[in-house]
Amino acid sequence: MNRYPIWKYLVLAVTLVIAALYTLPNFFGEAPAVQVSSLKAMTKVDESTVGRVEEALKNAGVKAEEVVLDGNSVRARFDTPDNQLRAKDALQKALIPDPSNPTFIVALNLVSRSPTWLRSVHAMPMYLGLDLRGGVHFMLQVDMQAALTKRADSLAGDLRLALREKSLRYEDLVRDGNSVQMRLPDQATANAVERLLQEQFADLQARTSADGAKIRLVASIRPEALRKVQDQALKQNITTLHNRINELGVSEPVIQQQGIDRIVVQLPGVQDTAKAKDILGRTATLEMRLVDESAEARAAEIGGGLVPFNSERFIDREGRPIILKKRVELTGESLTDAQPGFDSQTQQPKVDLTVDAKGGRIMRDVSRENLKKRMAIVLFEKGKGEVLTAPVIQGELGNRFQISGSMSTVEANDLALLLRAGSLAAPMDIIEERTIGPSLGAENIAKGFNSVTWGFVAIVIFMAAYYMLFGLISGLALAVNLLLLVAVLSMLQATLTLPGMAAMALALGMAIDSNVLINERVREELRNGAAPQAAIHAGYERAWATILDSNITTLIAGLALLIFGSGPVRGFAVVHCIGIVTSMFSAVFFSRGLVNLWYGRQKKLKSVSIGTVWRPGASTKP
Amino acid sequence: MEFFKIGRDIPFMRHAKVFNAISLITFVLAVFFLFTRGLHLSIEFTGGTLMEVSYSQSADLGKVRSTVASLGYTDVQVQNFGTARDVMIRLPAQKGVSTTQQSEQVMQTLRASDASVTLRRTEFVGPQIGDELAADGLKALAMVVVGIMIYLAFRFEWKFAVSAIIANLHDVVIILGFFAFFQWEFSLAVLAAVLAVLGYSVNESVVIFDRIRENFRRYRKMNTVQIIDNAITSTISRTIITHGSTQIMVLSMLLFGGPTLFYFALALTIGICFGIYSSVFVAAAVAMWLGLEREDLIKPTSRKDGQDPNDPNAGAVV
Repeated sequence: MNRYPIWKYLVLAVTLVIAALYTLPNFFGEAPAVQVSSLKAMTKVDESTVGRVEEALKNAGVKAEEVVLDGNSVRARFDTPDNQLRAKDALQKALIPDPSNPTFIVALNLVSRSPTWLRSVHAMPMYLGLDLRGGVHFMLQVDMQAALTKRADSLAGDLRLALREKSLRYEDLVRDGNSVQMRLPDQATANAVERLLQEQFADLQARTSADGAKIRLVASIRPEALRKVQDQALKQNITTLHNRINELGVSEPVIQQQGIDRIVVQLPGVQDTAKAKDILGRTATLEMRLVDESAEARAAEIGGGLVPFNSERFIDREGRPIILKKRVELTGESLTDAQPGFDSQTQQPKVDLTVDAKGGRIMRDVSRENLKKRMAIVLFEKGKGEVLTAPVIQGELGNRFQISGSMSTVEANDLALLLRAGSLAAPMDIIEERTIGPSLGAENIAKGFNSVTWGFVAIVIFMAAYYMLFGLISGLALAVNLLLLVAVLSMLQATLTLPGMAAMALALGMAIDSNVLINERVREELRNGAAPQAAIHAGYERAWATILDSNITTLIAGLALLIFGSGPVRGFAVVHCIGIVTSMFSAVFFSRGLVNLWYGRQKKLKSVSIGTVWRPGASTKP
Repeated sequence: MEFFKIGRDIPFMRHAKVFNAISLITFVLAVFFLFTRGLHLSIEFTGGTLMEVSYSQSADLGKVRSTVASLGYTDVQVQNFGTARDVMIRLPAQKGVSTTQQSEQVMQTLRASDASVTLRRTEFVGPQIGDELAADGLKALAMVVVGIMIYLAFRFEWKFAVSAIIANLHDVVIILGFFAFFQWEFSLAVLAAVLAVLGYSVNESVVIFDRIRENFRRYRKMNTVQIIDNAITSTISRTIITHGSTQIMVLSMLLFGGPTLFYFALALTIGICFGIYSSVFVAAAVAMWLGLEREDLIKPTSRKDGQDPNDPNAGAVV
């Protein structure tokens, strides 16, 4: 009765081989490497880049263990970190002749030393979390209200423009929250405005109400449009972050959306948090506004008198006050490109700007109406505006225009960069930050590893001493459980963290429960006088229901952690849940297989090696 | 080897009142300390900045404290972390201050007074995250409790579900009571440990309930008290050994896991110890007082068919 059919042994053998195969890459460790990837869409990384990398390394006299093309990057592996650093310098010099205009990113990286044939079956080591490899982790919160307010502001501007084009009379047009309010003189105008909204402003829905003799119209942004604005703001910010992080030269940055308004950024290996934060935190938005050139504004600018209604005081980059109109003509959203260059006639440095079609129309109207007046470009960082430049409008502008005059080349470069970088759709705040030094990462690995190893050894010794052969089999089952757990985590390419390693230790500690249940049950059957074969059979059969029950309750707890946990708790929960599932396989299926193999064929089994089966002297059972 | 040479069933239920009184007193004490002292929450819940720095020699905590305080931070906590050379600095969340710059500012000042200092780890958590984590933690706890109750009620009987949850929630409260009394740091990892241990020690009750059900089927002449006593006695060796094995693992974490895993392992240790106590002494007793009877577990449908009520297989028909 204690025999497995051949297919069951086959399933066991195949599972073990596959598990071993996928666990294997974790033992090879990691080698220092340099990763070359493209910074611009125009430069492609391909076989020719591999050739250039190989040649540059040969010229510098650094020997690479391997140079491979992997997706969009070339990776060169080295034997020592020293060679890695030398190679990085050499590659930087060879591939990036002009540091001010880099086309490639050359970054330090770690790659697995596992042989190619393992990689070809997608057997890859577990990805180590930041707490094990060192690096920085940021969680950024996007200020969605700011994005919505901005959208409402620009809609209000567009609406004003459209009303004027159609010569519709309106009063008191203001933005209020996520809606635009105005007063209209009569029903006919209100109807016309509603028609206009339907035709040109699909994002707005209008509601009218009587306001004395006049009609009050509230146009609010539709909920789906609000969602779209939020979605786009997040996407645009992620893209901008990607570009900025590329400046840092990080090998495998993680930039992910979390929830509806958060972005997680993980930069493994980065230690210079100050620079990272500086680059990430450059949360800027751009606005173009007209300079208020009225007499009152002039007075306010010089003497600090009252700022006229509908205007605001700003300071420019030299710290001088400047009064700008509140109305935003154009936002950074419309700006598609900003490049430094030289004016062909005057040979003066300039910045070329390109705006989208809607922006071009606005620019044309604004410039026609405000010829020879000044237009300011304001950069908002953390809610504080700074006037980058306030040039005089020299002619009617269109889609493309330039800012020139009284600028050095460096200033032009700076301005272009600021204008480009200013295209974050909404400001962001760092709400969580973690930095882990590389030495601490290595220590954490050692600590997690030691905990698992010593706990495992102690349990196996105890089990073998207490349950003899059955204990040894339980210990083997536990080893298989660990193997399966690591294999599944490697297959899933899960991120291993210190809490994950703790979960691994705990999973082993809990998994032995099933074997204890079985062994105790077998002993009990023997105690009650069952024949050895029958005792083994009954022991496994009766323990199974209990094992299932207890694992399911543990699994419920694990799933709750998985669903509601975040960050470190998630890592714990993933390993915990997988550990429970693999333990059912190893503790029941695998250990039974071994027992069957050992005892199953012995027809006249007299005794089993399961330690002392103590029988009470006198039967006390009723 | 055999640790448990128990001749006759131990009359656990005869002393149930004493055990439950002990439980109740511990529970009340735990609640008392939770309310009077409160939990020492980690910055994950409170928000703030945490820095772990390392010196080449033993660190002078007083000096570090005064150096950090000189920057104008109030309520700064400075303590050793693991070894005498490692120092953990906790700065509270300050509204309106650019918290992201805090760690650099502190590092610069510390470096000025002792150049050997190196930054090992920083953690900054905004105050908005903390509230969410606390809410999510409570949600997770609620899901575990409800999930386990539904499962047990479905698999066994509502009286078991209620008593298992009472027994194990009392464990959770006692773990929290320990953390409140000793003012150990309550972090996300500890919360994970508490929930894991909740799921784990419910196992214990499940095993005993399983045996109670089996005994009801097998020993038709025993009364409920005898059945429960027999079930606990025959599972006690398994209970102690499996918890012992798990505890070996947890002990290994406690010893080798370093300061990061220390409180995690500590919470598990307390949870495992009280898990044994509550499943053995509390869970079954509560079920007994809820009026557990043979008919709750063995549906009387089989008797209608005129079968022998003493047929040992009668209970197998569901």
